[in-house]
Amino acid sequence: MRTTTKSESIPVRTSAEVVSVRHLTRKWAVELAFTLVEQTKIVTAASELGRNMVDYGRGGTFTVEVLEEGGRKGLRLTFEDHGPGIADLDAAMRDGFTTGSGMGLGLGGAKRLSNEFELRSVPGEGTRVAITRWKGAA
Amino acid sequence: MERISILKMGRFLLVSIQVDMDDRTAMNLQDDLTERIVKDRAKGVLIDISSLDVVDSFIGRMLANTAAMARILDAETVVVGMQPSVAITLVELGLSLRGVRSALNVERGMELLQSIVHDQSERVDAHDDEE
Amino acid sequence: MLAEWIRRQEQNLALRNHLQKSGELEAHCRAFLRALLTSLEAGGGDVTAGSNWTQAREILADISRNRARQGFTPTETAIFVFSLKQPIFDVLRREMKPEELGEALSDLSVVLDELGLFTTETYQKGREEIIARQQQELLELSTPVVQLWRGVLALPLIGTLDSARTQVVMESLLQAIVDTGSSIAIIDITGVPVVDTLVAQHLLKTVAAARLMGADCIISGIRPQIAQTIVHLGVEINDVLTKATLADAFAVALTRIGLAVKKSGVPAPVRKEAAAE
Repeated sequence: MRTTTKSESIPVRTSAEVVSVRHLTRKWAVELAFTLVEQTKIVTAASELGRNMVDYGRGGTFTVEVLEEGGRKGLRLTFEDHGPGIADLDAAMRDGFTTGSGMGLGLGGAKRLSNEFELRSVPGEGTRVAITRWKGAA
Repeated sequence: MERISILKMGRFLLVSIQVDMDDRTAMNLQDDLTERIVKDRAKGVLIDISSLDVVDSFIGRMLANTAAMARILDAETVVVGMQPSVAITLVELGLSLRGVRSALNVERGMELLQSIVHDQSERVDAHDDEE
Repeated sequence: MLAEWIRRQEQNLALRNHLQKSGELEAHCRAFLRALLTSLEAGGGDVTAGSNWTQAREILADISRNRARQGFTPTETAIFVFSLKQPIFDVLRREMKPEELGEALSDLSVVLDELGLFTTETYQKGREEIIARQQQELLELSTPVVQLWRGVLALPLIGTLDSARTQVVMESLLQAIVDTGSSIAIIDITGVPVVDTLVAQHLLKTVAAARLMGADCIISGIRPQIAQTIVHLGVEINDVLTKATLADAFAVALTRIGLAVKKSGVPAPVRKEAAAE
């Protein structure tokens, strides 16, 4: 049974606030005593998704939750916006290393850096991405 | 928003990224570097990222683009000081940073730039001799 | 009552006396009794999570962890709380009115039971932490990074590589590259019997990460069977330099850093016994 023991939310609308997303994620990862590599991975994933939300989702809310399940602890980061949504989810998940438009490595990369990845998007309504990293997992 | 300072060392430019850059700062750095390469007629750029504990795809792309632009302007770029956890994460992320040379630290990076530039000038001399 | 409590504990701990000074035991007991009294006076409440019991929990947690570290058994640790029951009951029996006694004994029993269980739980966690730490130390010890020359590192891997171990290996190699300022790392897998896709990918990721940092890797000691596996698995190993033996790899490394080995013209010193003849 998975429970949320703590959580914190901040609005993210500008690229300066993406820096806050990184700092907040780092703060919680350190508190959960993640290893340095685990920290770097989750903060980098948060940076990718935070930037996506500002660039394509017209900004939204970032929530950090501390999860507990069967003795293990984890961090879940949720990025929720009310932007245009993603029309083609498959294309969005594919890695496109483009210099101009396109999400590049954002979604696929964040997924690779996390243990769990949820993506829900409705064109015209918005997008919700959640990633989870468990302490001690690969 | 801050502007990162660029130092001139002989024919090379040295940049040390010490702060957690937001997107605009990163873009400004890219612009400033390309301008300085032309203005100072630099042959090489050394970017020290030893203080960065996060490098995401945006920064990675900025580094790759900077290197590409520099090459067009006849300057080589070397990125130095990448932290192990950052390297591991970039590999996991799938970012290859192709076209960007790397070295362990500023000293090695300078040696690398010197040798590249030396090789280039030798080739030019040899070419001149042949004519 | 304190004396009676201590006496009971010492009875049970007879074998372990040498592990704990009796002065320490008395100090622990006093502290716990004080906390117990404060909590009960504050109104009791939920033992396992209530704020009234925080101090009592902290004292017990401290004692449990220490005993876990010192090698006490779980029972010997929980005895700290459970042996308090009889002394307290004796006191209550003497001091209380019979009609109130039943309820008081029952309530107190519940409280002490929960505290006793809490002690056991914390003890258990303490043991698990020790085991986890030992496992980590073992992992680190079995993956030594060796410096062959200034600027050249070697990582001789021995035994089967699982995901966890390969990650530790990767991290310690990359850190060693930074610490020693090495530009070449030789990963020797002569002693690795089996390489599956996961391990192969981890090795390649290590090589890629090292390259991003400015160091090159050479993989040596690839046995024929492993070469076959790699090709069958379709692992992209093309832009990684590989050598059959560690010696070959070392020779390449020296060339890369601009060094050459040549005869010094000075013969090795003769053994003393032979010279004496």
